[in-house]
Amino acid sequence: MNAKGKVFKYGANVDTDVIIPARYLNTADPKELAKHCMEDIDMSFVNRVQPGDIIVGGQNFGCGSSREHAPIAIKASGISCVIAPSFARIFYRNAINMGLPIMESTEASEGIADGDEVEIDFATGIIHDITSGENFTAKPFPAFIQKIIATDGLVGYIAKK
Amino acid sequence: MGMTMTQKILAKHAGLDFVEPGQLIEAKLDLVLGNDVTTPPAIDVFAMTCACGVFDRNKVALVPDHFTPNKDIKSADNCKKIREFAKAQGLTHYYEIGDPQMGVEHVILPENGLVAPGDAIIGADSHTCTYGALGAFATGVGSTDLACAMATGQTWFRVPEAIQFVLKGTLKKNITSKDLILYIIGMIGVDGALYESMEFAGPGVETLTMADRLTICNMAIEAGGKNGIFPVDQKTMDYLAQFAPERLAKKDFTVISADADAVYERTIEIDLAEVPMTVSFPHLPENTKTVGTFDEVTIDQVVIGSCTNGRLEDLRTAAALFKGQKVKKGIRCIILPGSQRVWKEALKEGLLEVFADANCVVSAATCGPCLGGHMGILAKGERCVSTTNRNFVGRMGHPESEVYLSSVPVAVASAIFGRIASPEEIEGK
Repeated sequence: MNAKGKVFKYGANVDTDVIIPARYLNTADPKELAKHCMEDIDMSFVNRVQPGDIIVGGQNFGCGSSREHAPIAIKASGISCVIAPSFARIFYRNAINMGLPIMESTEASEGIADGDEVEIDFATGIIHDITSGENFTAKPFPAFIQKIIATDGLVGYIAKK
Repeated sequence: MGMTMTQKILAKHAGLDFVEPGQLIEAKLDLVLGNDVTTPPAIDVFAMTCACGVFDRNKVALVPDHFTPNKDIKSADNCKKIREFAKAQGLTHYYEIGDPQMGVEHVILPENGLVAPGDAIIGADSHTCTYGALGAFATGVGSTDLACAMATGQTWFRVPEAIQFVLKGTLKKNITSKDLILYIIGMIGVDGALYESMEFAGPGVETLTMADRLTICNMAIEAGGKNGIFPVDQKTMDYLAQFAPERLAKKDFTVISADADAVYERTIEIDLAEVPMTVSFPHLPENTKTVGTFDEVTIDQVVIGSCTNGRLEDLRTAAALFKGQKVKKGIRCIILPGSQRVWKEALKEGLLEVFADANCVVSAATCGPCLGGHMGILAKGERCVSTTNRNFVGRMGHPESEVYLSSVPVAVASAIFGRIASPEEIEGK
């Protein structure tokens, strides 16, 4: 499984309140949540994002609340992968449970620029920046997590089992 | 190699004699919690698991507290969904609005006797880590994990490394446990304890009340921690005698202490007498400054309450400082008792009257403005001093509003002076 798209780059400690503000948490409908994804950090995100695009963040991505609405909003907006040096632990768990691919790589987070075209091979963990020509490596997911992501999350994975 | 408190509790719940950091385990749970934001999606997932019912109707707690009393139609629909689910499953710990035991989840679960030493608890709310104050392991998860745990009574964990905080001495006058935890977050950063447990120890522990310990553990997540945990002592036992007499009588709990040779990733010593009066500036809890060392910050609103500082002790502190004082004209001060019990006790003790006389408004128990839900949303450019736990961009309203996190005494003083102020200034007024 691969991902390819344009990069939206953000800084450290991107929190769940800016990913999906609490004022929209009166619904868990992915389409509704996607309309407001990243709204408080980047008003233009929802208008610019295309299916397959990639978010590159700084350390501690997804800190704050336990709201699963955050990875749901990112995934439903079309984002194919989030790359960061580290993720907050509840977000990490929720992203996998929701089938949103996330990759930990300090080098990629530092080396990739906003707007770059990037291709990711989930099986090998190789992150290729097409724009700059640079390659980065992240630890690939173990097979069972790749299966969870391929089956659209933990529920799909359990149902398939 | 010995184990930390957290590691020992996890080992016990996994049926293992020994666990080590990084190990993945499946653990049995004593309590599973959801609120009105996280439970509705969990109910949908629960249906997909094809479970015939919850694993134990006495061990699932559902608390509508975030957008309650319901702020709009969608929130009302969500709460209706939870209400119907709780009824269909015969849940004993569903807390309806107006119930004498209702309130903000992390205030009421300990108050209602649902937490005891040695328990393993997950909740679909990041501040579930609050219950570590009673010597339990408790951590936040998402809705899918909540759903699967409601079905099975189990979940998987990665056994965490630990940071030990050795506390010595006593907090100075007007310095509270909130100052301590903000000071710690300022010291180690919002990811300083990422994936780790924060284990409190040392002679300073006995100087902290249970309310203090609940406030401290509540904010472990703001340092990225998996959980915060305190050793069990006489104060824990006295708390159980008051709030969980049945479990105490039945000895339905296990006191677990860290091994003497437990391994910590690092140990940080803190002299409580050195903890400064601390405020976290926008937009991260780690942006701490000491009161008195920065230029004047004028404010528009003060919020006192939440799962961090909405307990009876907090309201007593606030009322003692507000007595004979007034909120500065043009400033709004909103007080949110953490539970119906706290509200009623505050009424009996005359605290609510003190607040009304000081020109504060008192709300029903709800999370309300803490997460920008309702009951005190900020307009563009407004500033708020709040005893809550997060000051992220847009947390309490408009993305261009600002939240300054503080202790209760600093919040009261700020309401009186219309700027971030020290309670010492009230005495000199």
